[in-house]
Amino acid sequence: MTSANPAIGAVHEPALRVAAQFEEAPQQVHAAKLGMWIFLATEVMFFGALFFAYAIARVQFPEAFAAASKHTNILLGTTNTAVLLTSSLFMVLAMRAAELGVRRATAILLVITGLLGLAFTGIKLTEYALDYRDHLVPVLDFSFDPRYAKGALVFFGFYFVTTGLHLVHLSVGNGLVLTFARRAWLGKPNTLADQVEIAGLYWHFVDVVWIFLYPCLYLVSRT
Amino acid sequence: MSSWTTGLAGDVPQGHAVRVETPSNYLNAKFTIGSWLATHDHKRIAILFAVSITAFFFIGGAAATMMRLDLATPAGDFVKAETYNKLFTMHGVIMVWFFLIPSIPATLGNFLVPLMIGARDLAFPRLNLTSWYLYVGGSIFTIAAMIAGGVDTGWTFYAPFSTMFSNTHVIYVLAGVFVVGFSSILTGLNIIVTVHTMRAPGMTWFRLPLFVWAQYATAAILVLATPVLAMTLVLVTVERLFGIGIFNPVLGGDPLLFQHLFWFYSHPAVYIMVLPAMGVVSELIAASAHNPVFGYKTMAFAIIAIAVLGFLVWGHHMFVSGQSMYAGVVFSFMSFLVAIPSAVKVFNWTATLWHGRITYTAPMLYALGFVGLFTVGGMTGLFLASLALDVHLTDTYFVVAHFHYIMVGGTVSAYLGGIHFWWPKITGRMYSDRWARFAAILLFVGFNFTFFPQYLLGIAGMPRRYHAYPPEFQTLNVLSSAGALILALGYLLPLLYLGWSLFRGARAPANPWDATGLEWQTSSPPPVHNFATPPVVTEPPYAYRMAALSRDVVDAREGTR
Amino acid sequence: MIALGLPPEASTIAPRVDLLLYAVTIVTGGVAIAIFVTMIVFGIRYRAGSKVKRAENVPEAQARARRRVETAWTLIPFALFLASFAWAARLYMVRADAPANSMELFVVAKQWMWKLQHPGGQREIDEMHVPRGQPIKLVMTSQDVIHSFFVPAFRLKQDVLPGRYTEMWFTATKTGRFHLFCAEYCGTDHAHMGGDVIVMEPAEFQRWLNAHAATQSMAARGEDLFRHLGCSGCHGENASVHAPNLAGVYGRPVPLSDGTTVVADERYIRDSILLPRKEVAAGYAPIMPSFTGQIGEDDILDLIAYIKSLASTKERPK
Repeated sequence: MTSANPAIGAVHEPALRVAAQFEEAPQQVHAAKLGMWIFLATEVMFFGALFFAYAIARVQFPEAFAAASKHTNILLGTTNTAVLLTSSLFMVLAMRAAELGVRRATAILLVITGLLGLAFTGIKLTEYALDYRDHLVPVLDFSFDPRYAKGALVFFGFYFVTTGLHLVHLSVGNGLVLTFARRAWLGKPNTLADQVEIAGLYWHFVDVVWIFLYPCLYLVSRT
Repeated sequence: MSSWTTGLAGDVPQGHAVRVETPSNYLNAKFTIGSWLATHDHKRIAILFAVSITAFFFIGGAAATMMRLDLATPAGDFVKAETYNKLFTMHGVIMVWFFLIPSIPATLGNFLVPLMIGARDLAFPRLNLTSWYLYVGGSIFTIAAMIAGGVDTGWTFYAPFSTMFSNTHVIYVLAGVFVVGFSSILTGLNIIVTVHTMRAPGMTWFRLPLFVWAQYATAAILVLATPVLAMTLVLVTVERLFGIGIFNPVLGGDPLLFQHLFWFYSHPAVYIMVLPAMGVVSELIAASAHNPVFGYKTMAFAIIAIAVLGFLVWGHHMFVSGQSMYAGVVFSFMSFLVAIPSAVKVFNWTATLWHGRITYTAPMLYALGFVGLFTVGGMTGLFLASLALDVHLTDTYFVVAHFHYIMVGGTVSAYLGGIHFWWPKITGRMYSDRWARFAAILLFVGFNFTFFPQYLLGIAGMPRRYHAYPPEFQTLNVLSSAGALILALGYLLPLLYLGWSLFRGARAPANPWDATGLEWQTSSPPPVHNFATPPVVTEPPYAYRMAALSRDVVDAREGTR
Repeated sequence: MIALGLPPEASTIAPRVDLLLYAVTIVTGGVAIAIFVTMIVFGIRYRAGSKVKRAENVPEAQARARRRVETAWTLIPFALFLASFAWAARLYMVRADAPANSMELFVVAKQWMWKLQHPGGQREIDEMHVPRGQPIKLVMTSQDVIHSFFVPAFRLKQDVLPGRYTEMWFTATKTGRFHLFCAEYCGTDHAHMGGDVIVMEPAEFQRWLNAHAATQSMAARGEDLFRHLGCSGCHGENASVHAPNLAGVYGRPVPLSDGTTVVADERYIRDSILLPRKEVAAGYAPIMPSFTGQIGEDDILDLIAYIKSLASTKERPK
């Protein structure tokens, strides 16, 4: 806290743009970070309910889930896991660069993070296309070994709902990361490190969701 | 009183000062429609919410009135069975998600939390406006469903009826509730962050008014429970649209999974509705008795206990659903546990009257009405928590009566009490206390007429959601329907005299009730940024009789040294 | 108690539920009245303008007394709640264990009717005839959405779910006609999904059974289905396929291929017909086809009745 300036005015230094409702910049940053953590708590409950439903369905159809899981594209799925984990590494590097105040490096690292995110999206969409080719898309075109068809339909229902929701979240993250990259390059923000940290929190959350999805969808019977 | 805050600007009118001209405030700062629809001011957004939920209250109330008319005869001659089912569905959906859940948090909470903690606004004003637009978005879907022909699933959307069997516009309503859920989440997130980061200097946690404690606990539930509902609705949609077996056993799903997910949200949702009401009532009783709240810290901890335990009792909606008997026993036990802090709160409100100087203004009558009706609702909740009794009483009118005592007798009474109490602060006008007291009494009488007979109907075995019923239930149903007409009249009255006060009411002083609390230390209505100069808090809450401080308040004060 | 408007007590459990209801009513009512009286007394005594003496200063001792009061009114309700919880939970547990000599009745719910079947094959719709004094166990399932079997005079209610069996048992103690309701909202005609429970003297009930005698008992019908659907091709006497012998299987533990054991109850038999791969008996290949969508709930109940009838014999079914 800038105890040197306990006065009430909204603006302390020319460089700091504090929103009208706040007294000072640290308060604003604290609020923004807390806000993101609480939002992530909401997200945990959102995906938590989904994983819970998945668990119930898997207990209902253990063999069908194992059989259906074999039809997911392990190569692309694993590649995507690697891509996303790597993107998180660059996110962390960007956070460190922002902390050190190296704007250009921050911007470049954020761009790499975002490009990896886009790569993930591209691979995922390719995978969806291949799933369609393999008749694995419920409603549109689905056929499966009749012994397991009922459970496999449920499995692929969950597959598309979970990965779809994940992809939506990832796209939001991509927008966030690229916006901050632009801001960092233009040298606009005065609280760059904090902004990048907030984007990073979200990015890592999306990453963690995938780390749960990957074994649930791709590794059921591949021990 | 004036020692409550220091550093206040001299231009804040004190006590009963008579003002000749209106100083600039949040209402007269700008008059354009755009200045309302694009406002970031928490006070204006609170009013946007208040107007919207009032509209929905009367739509939901109209549905209820038609249901009660239909139930006046055993055969249900007023509407068809289909229509009746749509009426109770719309009544439930609208009253739960478009009135009760946003009622206190999004209006009074939105307006008062920043004022009470000495902040200029909520932490995220734009998010706050987004929350209202999400509410409007959700309401558009819901109204679209009504216009398109309605929905007949009941507000509980039980699968597989909602996913495979209902031929009505389920998806619209699911979308509406999904969207309005995010409105709740954003309001909750905003309140949590605001209470954590925006408190004025000297406003320690144990100096927060109980209203703020209640809003805080409610916000935590909103943020943690609502996403589970959102996902449940997504899954219902997936099953309904794409035939993926999640809940319907024919497709390989599990119908009890739906109930677990739904009640995991919807039981805490009951506390979303009633905790803020408890907060309001604590303020009203303390101010009207001119007495510190008895056991302030106990009251704060009770709020937190209710919020936490409220997450662990959802299975008590499922005692006869086919869930494991042992699960039933555990959930029954937890339900008795959550009743304890609620009981303690009732005792402490009663004890707050002790050695007070009680004035019986309209807000106090509403608050006392709340305590009475909440007590009856809570006590009958114990019947339903008792496993063997629940087997007989669940899904009967006993349950209907029980939750209306809590949600209407409790929450709506407290909401109206709060509106009357803070009306001078919000609008800068006084209303006719005589009319307001009359309305409060009329509502209390009408309410008991409407809902007490329903307890007896439930005990006699009349199931809920029945369009027609055996003739022996008619006497009590007619009584209930007659009460509903009194109740409907009672709800229309405040519209009239409060509306009148907006134009003809006397100008309100800053602190008409002689109450403590930062919101009464600024002018009525408050300026755009709430305080001419930011307040510094030096006193414990409810410092009505400084000499009669209870021990824990003294502790709280010492803790800050 | 007429004051509460309770329906007649027509089952063995009804008076026990009512006793609990009275006890809870008296205790909670007493506490509520005590609260209201206190509020009214305080409300009058401490109204603004009354001349009553008010403590302006609360000494430390009194603050401690306040704390003691708060502790008391936390712990006393807790004790009362515990008592109520334990009493109600014990009574609830009674529901779980049907007496061994129970007579079984099978209920299939559908929008918007109750279909009942007696072991002798007698079928009823929206009516249930039962003898007085005989424990009856209902085995219930739904063909579509969730329903709830509710007989207020018995103080009993149980949801009826699609895709599984739920059970409920009672012993009727009064002859007469009592309401049967559906208590779980099930669609348009939910309010009309009901009927009557008719409790008769045992001899009269026997006459009713005889008068409505069906051509075939449930087990006999199940035996026909067993052959007709081709079950006997594998499970029968002369089958060449390696399939489990169903004689005497009902009620016995079955070791499964995953190493666990289940008791072969109605649920297990039903799941084995509809989802044969879910729990495969140890030592058998998972080759049985699923009968999902091919047979109705009534047929499954008949098949179960048949398999149960084999319980006593040691022979392989024909």
